[in-house]
Amino acid sequence: MKLTFPHMGNTYITVKALLDDLGADYVIPPFNIREALETGTRFAPEMACLPLKINLGNFIRAYEKGADTVLITGGCGPCRFGYYCEMHREILRDIGYPMDVITLEWPDKGLKEFLDRVRKIAGSLNICKILKAAKNATDVAIKVDELERLCFYLRPREKKAGTVDKIYKHFRAGVLQVKGSRNIRRLIRETFETLQSIEVDENARPLKVGIVGEIYTTIDSQTSFNIQERLGAMGVEVHRYVTVSGWIVEHMIKKALHLPRDIRYAKAAAPYLGAMIGGHAQETIGNTVLYANAGYDGVIQIYPLTCMPEIVAESILPAIERDLGMPVLTLIIDEMTGEAGYMTRLEAFIDLLQKRREAREFERKGALPWNRCRFGEH
Amino acid sequence: MKERELYLGIDVGSVSTNLVLIDENEKLVEKVYIRTSGQPIEALKRGLKMIRERLGDDANIRGVGTTGSGRQLAGAIVGADIIKNEITTHAIAAQKLVPGVKTILEIGGQDSKIIIIRNGVVFDFAMNTVCAAGTGSFLDRQAARLNIPIEEFGTYALKSRSPVRIAGRCAVFAESDMIHKQQTGHAVEDIICGLCEALVRNYLNNLAKGETLEDPVVFQGGVAANVGIVAAFEKALGKKIIIPEHYDVMGAFGAAVIAREKMMRSGKPTAFYGFRAVNCDYRAKSLECNGCSNMCEVIQISADGEPLACWGDRCGKWTAGAIHIERQSGF
Repeated sequence: MKLTFPHMGNTYITVKALLDDLGADYVIPPFNIREALETGTRFAPEMACLPLKINLGNFIRAYEKGADTVLITGGCGPCRFGYYCEMHREILRDIGYPMDVITLEWPDKGLKEFLDRVRKIAGSLNICKILKAAKNATDVAIKVDELERLCFYLRPREKKAGTVDKIYKHFRAGVLQVKGSRNIRRLIRETFETLQSIEVDENARPLKVGIVGEIYTTIDSQTSFNIQERLGAMGVEVHRYVTVSGWIVEHMIKKALHLPRDIRYAKAAAPYLGAMIGGHAQETIGNTVLYANAGYDGVIQIYPLTCMPEIVAESILPAIERDLGMPVLTLIIDEMTGEAGYMTRLEAFIDLLQKRREAREFERKGALPWNRCRFGEH
Repeated sequence: MKERELYLGIDVGSVSTNLVLIDENEKLVEKVYIRTSGQPIEALKRGLKMIRERLGDDANIRGVGTTGSGRQLAGAIVGADIIKNEITTHAIAAQKLVPGVKTILEIGGQDSKIIIIRNGVVFDFAMNTVCAAGTGSFLDRQAARLNIPIEEFGTYALKSRSPVRIAGRCAVFAESDMIHKQQTGHAVEDIICGLCEALVRNYLNNLAKGETLEDPVVFQGGVAANVGIVAAFEKALGKKIIIPEHYDVMGAFGAAVIAREKMMRSGKPTAFYGFRAVNCDYRAKSLECNGCSNMCEVIQISADGEPLACWGDRCGKWTAGAIHIERQSGF
């Protein structure tokens, strides 16, 4: 059995750590997202959302490299993603790439079913070893997300443009050269040290933008035309609540262990959307409110065309814009998205945020001279 | 006499290429409006040539700004001090010419936008995403099909007494609907008026999406010359629409204003290469970079065989490495 899995941002690092530790044989699909998308679009239903198309493309490429089994996570949530496992299996069979699909999620049937699935991957390993591998992989996911967050912070502050991107890219490529969670964690640690040593402008007060929206398109920077790197290069500090490790901890571990989940977003969303309606709609609403309360300059919502939960969220966002004075830009992505129009909107949005901040500061300084804040104090 | 300080704004759009010169008081000195005709570099050279003929070679140009869909190309060729997106430049221009403006409607060749201004800053904006049905190119095409000069298209609409209802959501369907109406015997005036109303309806549904459009409302972009569309907007909104004096070159005007602001603040000399650019031979070359999995399509512009600038890469490898050659005389 040779496993493969779909790409989603840095997920490959976590999965690699897990599969290395379990001693499984696997193929990482090629990173070229445009090619994956082109391949996937050919076989996927036209109205399916972008992640399904990219996933399919990933699997087909991996199949060509020898993979026969797909490892994906399920949703169980009332969005199409929960149905993807079956969709993938059927489509792959129809088009002549028969692959087995294993869904790693917390099944309603509980622990036994879950362990059966894990055994399929891990073979004869005993339960202690499996749990240890899972724990280490989770730790890798958390560290990678921390690393990404540090990059978000450093990019708008770096003195020499492109330094962070270079280190980050080097790290992403370097992961492929090492084996096992232990070595990956060492690499992460080293990258942290390198990043912390770069020259930064401590007095910089970059614009702060929160990214909300559908999980795949927000986490996978490549699908959204490297929006996070680009915003960083434009001197904007990015933040994103939805992460891979967050998903693992909140939706898998806490669910399995019946631990109380972090529902700050749900509380914040309550006045606008009181129930979970599928996908990340409630997160999108709640996180936008949280960003507004935290004094962010703007929020960007990203989602793949035809994503129902996010369409609902988009129609609620104007109410938050109005109530909390939070500018929101919505970017919708599919295989037809033109990069030029996308960039124009992004640039114009950043101009808008900059001007708004200037106007706000001017007002504050004019009206309340005694309350004048000093540079860098916020 | 002290020589006037001039600032050049260039808007390379899909349909027209506009150049604007303003003086240090932000007064418009010269404007050039020419058709891009699918050849932005040629159009730009022609525009620069016209400006040079009007001013002479040694005009004191202190700053240059480019905008429009060809802003990067234009910026690389002339040596721009600022390269700005068209939403920002249009907003700045409207605010300069119509102080206190709250709503900007802009319809250009390929795209249409709406910009909402509150308290003197851009509050919100939207750009057409669905279709080009509401834009200048489509009107152009319909005028050509009906054999009516585009300049007179609007006046036809005004002559209509009972406009027909045209489906305006998509350019292709709008055209078949128009043909259908024409074959059933409706007058050309009524069809044109119906088209204008359909485009405005489409625009407002698509872009305004329930935003409150407050007075003063400014309408700019090439299509603002079309009195039929203006009338349809006034009817749909029930408001007076203001057409600014330089409605057709607002993007370029805004770019010039931003360039002036930047140069005044920085006090640095301009990056402008001068009018010698009109004699250069520019070539664009594209290649697929294999440096990583992004496979970016990188474009390189060279002047007389020397690389000038690169863009299109997501990582900055090519952009940063572009060789900015020093322009020398004899180019």
